[in-house]
Amino acid sequence: MLIYEKSQAGRRSISQAPITSTTNTKVSDIPEGLLRKKKAALAEVSEMQVVRHYTNLSRRNFSIDTQFYPLGSCTMKYNPRGAHKSAMLPGFLGRHPLAPESQSQGFLACMYDLQEILKEVTGMKGVSLTPMAGAQGEFAGVAMIRAYHDAREDFERTEILIPSAAHGTNPATAVMCGYKVREIPVDKNGDVDLAALKEAVGPETAGLMMTNPSTCGVFERSIKEIASTVHEAGGLLYYDGANLNAILGKVCPGDMGFDVMHMNLHKTFATPHGGGGPGAGPVGVGERLLPYMPTPIVGKESVDGKDVYRWLDEKDIPQTIGRLSTYMGNAGVLLRAYYYARLLGREGMHRVAEYSTLNANYMMKRCENAGFELAYPGRRATHEFIITLSSQAKNLGVNAMDFAKRLLDYGYHAPTTYFPLLVPECWLIEPTETESPDELDGFVEAMIQIQKESEENAEMVKGAPYNQTVRRLDDVKAARELDLKWSPAQES
Amino acid sequence: MPYIPHTDEDVKAMLDTIGVNSIDDLFDEIPKDILAKNFDIPEGISEMEMMRLMSERAAADSNVSCFIGAGAYEHHIPAAVWDVVSRGEFLTAYTPYQAEASQGTLQVIYEYQTNMANLTAMDVSNASLYDGGSGMAEAALMAIRANKKSKSRKVLVPRTISPLYRDTAHNIVTNQNIELVDVNFDSEGGNTTLENLKQYEGEDFAALIIAQPNFFGVLEDVNELTDWAHANGMLVIAVVNPISLALLTPPGEWGESGADIAIGEGQPLGVPLSSGGPYFGFICCKQKIVRQMPGRIIGRTVDMEGKEGFTLTLQAREQHIRRSKATSNICTNQGLVMTASTIYVALLGADGLSLVAEACHENTNQLSVLLTSLEGVETAFNRPVFHEQVLRLPVSSESVLEKLAEARIQGGIDLSTYYPELENCVLFCATETKTNDDLVAYQQALASVLAS
Amino acid sequence: MSEIRPELKYLVSHEWLRVESDGTAFVGISDHAQEAMGDLVFVETPEVGSTVTAGEEAGVVESVKAASDIYAPVSGEVVAINEELEETPEAVNNDPYGDGWMFQIKLSDPAELESLELLSAEDYVAKVEEEDQ
Repeated sequence: MLIYEKSQAGRRSISQAPITSTTNTKVSDIPEGLLRKKKAALAEVSEMQVVRHYTNLSRRNFSIDTQFYPLGSCTMKYNPRGAHKSAMLPGFLGRHPLAPESQSQGFLACMYDLQEILKEVTGMKGVSLTPMAGAQGEFAGVAMIRAYHDAREDFERTEILIPSAAHGTNPATAVMCGYKVREIPVDKNGDVDLAALKEAVGPETAGLMMTNPSTCGVFERSIKEIASTVHEAGGLLYYDGANLNAILGKVCPGDMGFDVMHMNLHKTFATPHGGGGPGAGPVGVGERLLPYMPTPIVGKESVDGKDVYRWLDEKDIPQTIGRLSTYMGNAGVLLRAYYYARLLGREGMHRVAEYSTLNANYMMKRCENAGFELAYPGRRATHEFIITLSSQAKNLGVNAMDFAKRLLDYGYHAPTTYFPLLVPECWLIEPTETESPDELDGFVEAMIQIQKESEENAEMVKGAPYNQTVRRLDDVKAARELDLKWSPAQES
Repeated sequence: MPYIPHTDEDVKAMLDTIGVNSIDDLFDEIPKDILAKNFDIPEGISEMEMMRLMSERAAADSNVSCFIGAGAYEHHIPAAVWDVVSRGEFLTAYTPYQAEASQGTLQVIYEYQTNMANLTAMDVSNASLYDGGSGMAEAALMAIRANKKSKSRKVLVPRTISPLYRDTAHNIVTNQNIELVDVNFDSEGGNTTLENLKQYEGEDFAALIIAQPNFFGVLEDVNELTDWAHANGMLVIAVVNPISLALLTPPGEWGESGADIAIGEGQPLGVPLSSGGPYFGFICCKQKIVRQMPGRIIGRTVDMEGKEGFTLTLQAREQHIRRSKATSNICTNQGLVMTASTIYVALLGADGLSLVAEACHENTNQLSVLLTSLEGVETAFNRPVFHEQVLRLPVSSESVLEKLAEARIQGGIDLSTYYPELENCVLFCATETKTNDDLVAYQQALASVLAS
Repeated sequence: MSEIRPELKYLVSHEWLRVESDGTAFVGISDHAQEAMGDLVFVETPEVGSTVTAGEEAGVVESVKAASDIYAPVSGEVVAINEELEETPEAVNNDPYGDGWMFQIKLSDPAELESLELLSAEDYVAKVEEEDQ
């Protein structure tokens, strides 16, 4: 039931009305023609109705706090409550983005510290925290690559190379930065086809965007040769941090030869996904791109022996690609990431890669032992791995989506399905380091059960889910007969 | 080990299952020479120590009386909003790709879309963008795609629109060779007039952007500007403050046929100032150009038993399917903050929002009267405002603001930073959170700064 | 096996073409293509009066989980579009060679038909079978 359907004209959360000041000037100074004539159709409900309505809606969600959520490439790890609590401290919430620096030293200190930590663990030379999500981090990175070539008056470089297994954001970003996209094939082991790459690079190559480990869940073993191939052609290397969790503390993107990267703090640094955002996608750069970093950035000076923090803007970084958000990005998310980074500290970073890799390899082995087909047998799993259900689809008529929907009935969120596109009927599974082996075992047991069900009663599996709040939804109807908002007329 | 549950026995048993001797063996596909060294970062600390550090730092920035607006506004946020939003089921859920396991998030977005479309009187809304400034960039790109009659890659952008928005939008669209063309403003009214637009008549532009209220807090003649743009073959992009929409004509009703796209900063609807983010940008449009709208959209449908449910829809426009031909590279919406706004709007309702808007308007007018009673202080523009006002001081606004800050009053922003012609000008705002005592305290502090 | 009409010409990208005696040509997508896409939810056709070039994008078909460009099989002016598809894209699924036609092109140069690499029904069958392997 929608909140509007609970509405009663005249009912209000009266305690939320502001106490106005004593005069009654009201709005008589605003010309009639600029005033709203009919009030907006919004719900009129009591405070308790609101709390109950949204509390009940929340219970119609899977979440990390309630379920194992092994979505590949999304890194659904535990989101520390302490991080949330500390970012919600009144002093942080109340600070206006344009508050004077003299009354912002606490916040700026956190941001400066976070920049330094991220720089160090990625092997980069500079970090800007401002991009508001991974896609904006990508945008910042590719825009910097363009600024670099433009500054050298190297205007011939019009192409960005992207492995065919890449996430769709990469090509979409390259186009937003004014580039053409050329796809590089991926071989049967999940590696970039080096011969094809060598064929593709040239004077028109602006750069290459890639993840490592790749979206195929395996480590790109030829990374150094890929880097030198692109660099020799005059291009730069972009590291998409989607899979940074797999190598955090073990390998620095800077040491693999990447010139620029983004980090998804909502993945690797444990900030909550919030039902689809907000995230944060800071960018890190090597020496060559330092002059182009997006603003603002936090700088530190020593004044009378005391650390003083201040914003760096275009006066300090004249060649910057500029600001990408109205203020400075998703500050509250950055505070949560800072909290997480400080709790892990020097000795904790590498454990992220180690235990996420341990969990993935353990789960992969258990799946293999249970008879599930691996997409890349013989390779190590990184923090994630792929199984393909194409034989189930072919022989039993139960496809990857059916399996996924049935899994919901067992109380597990489905892994990423049908991505990467080049593996048919696939599941991309990422357990993360914060899950215990018991949870992983439970998941594999559920898979074994569903396999059994598929063999015995395929129709039943194809009708899943059964114990969610709704059955499978008609998304064809949703797209053909668009119903994107409630309106008073339609209900009467 | 923070957040890692494994016991030594767990690890041993898992390694045995995998068939390796150590965790390091699992990294044997990685070339040895690129494995990381030790990091020069602080050692890990406990929750207790960290909470103490964060509390100290947060406290250092507290206890100020804030009269800064400029696109981010201090409003009272009902206690219920973030209490409910902070439930783990909202906080720690992912993008609702598995619709059956995400009906909560999906229905909230559908309600959010309804709120925004009804507040703006537009046909449809998406599930939100990052923030207002980047939202304006997306709107400009959308207008260029949607205006089939225009071949132009140029958009008219009045200088009365936030310089931060203009800067952000420029940085995002410039790589696609799209030009945002400045339009000057009337120096008396602080608004954009037909006179200012005259020189562009007959030229091909994809759209005109109109902010209501504008960056100076001033109310534009949105009806005549909208009609002018439409008469000249341009689409109209409205940039609006959602709180103001409780009082002011919504974009869907501007002029003869309404704005085509409406965007804005959603922060005033239940989102704390929080140093500039996370906020959310909203974008709404007319039905006929919905396919050009970027970002996530939720639709209502039925399940296989005919029961109502909600799901992502129109996904073929988005990057995960359309790749290089997508409407945008955006993957997220600002789900959690958008959820906060949905709860905020439900708590206030249309009448509550009106009261908030009126109280802001009244406080700003009131403060304006108090401040201009001081010698040499005057309002810079003569048109009505919503809840912000530009003051011209007799001395440098930069130094006045610094001195006010010492008295822990954040008196506004120095406009000369963005507009060289507005020397000694301060943009301030007083929302419903300010009491009469707060306003008088500002007046007295300013009086003593000016007297010194 | 999907239906392939012997009297039509095809593109490797799965569009079909039927040239009328008056020099206009109907364009749609093949039965095989609509099957592969699944339930269509939207068809974007070129605007009437616009010109299209053989081999270049002229429209888009969308299902829930995929989008695919439609390429113009021949060059010329778009003289008509199937307006019904705006409300009922499912016509392409139900009747790809009839009610599901998408647009009509007035050929700018009928001689172009000879030089273009259009597939006969037989060649198209072979191509589809090869893809299914």
